[in-house]
Amino acid sequence: MKLKKQDVLLLAVFLAVAVVLGVGLLLTRSNGAIVVVRAGGEQIAEFPLRKDTTYTIEGIGGTNELVIENGTARLKDASCPDQLCVHQGTIQYAGESIICLPNQVTVTIEGETEDNGVDIIAT
Amino acid sequence: MNKTKHLALYGMLAALALVLSYIEAMIPAFFAVPGMKLGLTNLVVLVALYRMGAKPAMVINLVRIALTSILFGTVISLWYSLAGGLLSGIVMILLKKTGKFQPLTVSVAGGVMHNVGQIFVAMLVMQTSAVAWYLLALWVSGVAAGAVIGVLGSWMLSRLPGLDKMRE
Repeated sequence: MKLKKQDVLLLAVFLAVAVVLGVGLLLTRSNGAIVVVRAGGEQIAEFPLRKDTTYTIEGIGGTNELVIENGTARLKDASCPDQLCVHQGTIQYAGESIICLPNQVTVTIEGETEDNGVDIIAT
Repeated sequence: MNKTKHLALYGMLAALALVLSYIEAMIPAFFAVPGMKLGLTNLVVLVALYRMGAKPAMVINLVRIALTSILFGTVISLWYSLAGGLLSGIVMILLKKTGKFQPLTVSVAGGVMHNVGQIFVAMLVMQTSAVAWYLLALWVSGVAAGAVIGVLGSWMLSRLPGLDKMRE
């Protein structure tokens, strides 16, 4: 199988669309306003992103330490051995999230416009 | 080829596509984003498209979608697969018809369009900002999956010259 010029061209177009889409999303992303904490799918807490605070999340299998400072949120400590959620770093833009699988905890940033509180995700 | 043989070949390929769907469904979701998958069944559609033609490829594709949805799916998942399967099938048929593209490229286009079709359905259900990031992830994974299937499919096509004679 040998790719011809038009093959390479079309494949390049597909990759270019991905790059444009990615850059466009990065440029238009909006700062988040609310930090929403869920355990096992249920929302258990909600904090404004602007106010510095710490909170111990009671997950299904253990606890996570949530730290909100300087308009960003991160998990400082976790009861699980792998500490993957801690390594996920800080989040601050609407739609970003940190997920701790062992404790079934998710921390999601939501924007100001989504004040209706409805966030349905079809599975 | 007589009608009976024709029917048997359709049935065999549809069954193969169904089995590949099932195998794929059994692989645990190790990908970060729901909806990301390899699309093993596209291998059958690709081979059918090149060895049998546009109509058989589409028929096998639709039969497979109907069967998997009845067996393992839900009403929502039927619409997702239908939108993805139809869009990718149509685009692959059109690209092949131009005669200008290699199976690999056709497969990549099919992989991307499959995910784009699913996003269209998701857009009706979800909010647009969430869907945009999802589209990026699925677009990239569609290119990657399409490329893998394209390489496998090209290899299969080179090993399966015999099906050509079954066309008539």
